[in-house]
Amino acid sequence: MIENKGRPNRLGVKGWLGGGRWGFERYLYALHRLTGLALLAYFVLHIGVTSSRAFGENAWTSAMGAVKGPLFSVGEFLVFAAFAFHAVNGIRLALVELGFAIGQPIEPVYPYRTSVDEQRPLAIGVMILAAILAIVGGIGFLK
Amino acid sequence: MADHTVTSEVVFRIRRFDPTTDADPHWEDYRFPCPPGMTVLEGLKQIKESLSPTLAWRSSCRMGVCGSCGMFINGRPRLACNTQVSELESSLITVAPLPNFNIIRDLVPDLTPMFKAHAEMQPYIIRDDTREQQQPTGEYWQSPHQLEQYLQFSYCIKCGCCMAACPTCATDPVYAGPMPLSQAHRYSSDSRDGGFAARKQVLSGERGPWRCHFAGECSRVCPKGVDPARAIQLMKRQLVVDYLKLGKQKCPASIAKVPDGVKRREGIPEAPPRTI
Repeated sequence: MIENKGRPNRLGVKGWLGGGRWGFERYLYALHRLTGLALLAYFVLHIGVTSSRAFGENAWTSAMGAVKGPLFSVGEFLVFAAFAFHAVNGIRLALVELGFAIGQPIEPVYPYRTSVDEQRPLAIGVMILAAILAIVGGIGFLK
Repeated sequence: MADHTVTSEVVFRIRRFDPTTDADPHWEDYRFPCPPGMTVLEGLKQIKESLSPTLAWRSSCRMGVCGSCGMFINGRPRLACNTQVSELESSLITVAPLPNFNIIRDLVPDLTPMFKAHAEMQPYIIRDDTREQQQPTGEYWQSPHQLEQYLQFSYCIKCGCCMAACPTCATDPVYAGPMPLSQAHRYSSDSRDGGFAARKQVLSGERGPWRCHFAGECSRVCPKGVDPARAIQLMKRQLVVDYLKLGKQKCPASIAKVPDGVKRREGIPEAPPRTI
């Protein structure tokens, strides 16, 4: 067994963003993780609120009253926007991870054109789609 | 725009750490004149010769071939020998050891975990015909198209820049990382190899490619254009196709036999005698 030596120098969570010198897909990577965690937190909250129905009508009315108001409406819109991003970016990732839109291996000739460049139109397209979904959802929340 | 044809003064801000005297790493500044064409590696050598003889780093070939001098230069992993000071477009050059590896001293990272993961991937041709490999009777047949499937990934120099740039490696010590995984695919996509089943044991586990979520940074920083992100995604497809049994069973390439009754054209010299 080879032991690690030296002082630990792992970047940790700040390595997801990396100080602003990284590429577009790295920010999509970080946002995908953050929206995934946010949706998980919402899911737990949602289960908690809706399960109050099991304790009778009064408990249900009280729980629904606690999550009313403009702050929760904005929160619900943010959850929807997170869902829109996470869903369409997840489709992009599924396509890329199955080898679509990344091109074939090529002889590396400088300046190098990588698989990241190959899939960039797909990444931009799904972000536009996520923005449209979020805007349409936002109009729905305003009504 | 800076004039890159004249000598200008630069400041190298270097992250220093001596495990015998320092509790934590710290930054030290070194100011000196930088002539046109000076690389970051040459700058480090100048500091060691005239300003701080205790500065430690790892380097060898000076020409982007050996992969020893990977460093975190102005916020990105790069080869110090392959990076000219002028291309950084700044008079302040920050140099730190590659992140996501332990620091042995100053700019020297401990690459042992990367090489250990590399060895786990069995990065060599695996075949059943042991006798043919020990006493070859000919060459294995391979078309130019089959060569293209792995050639790009075979240019890897194991510098560790991809590992330092990978956000998954930043938080996950279990993940094998872009370099070992791309080298696993380099051999699994070689038509002469029959070792995918053996490598699959590691690749389908928790150290495998499924922890990659295509941040793409490994491919962006690779100094040799190897594109580890592409190798990892193609490996995922190979694993899915294998799991769902969608692909044909491929046999490793056979030996290209010299056709019978063919004579060498006049004027073409004989091949040199065999050495093995």
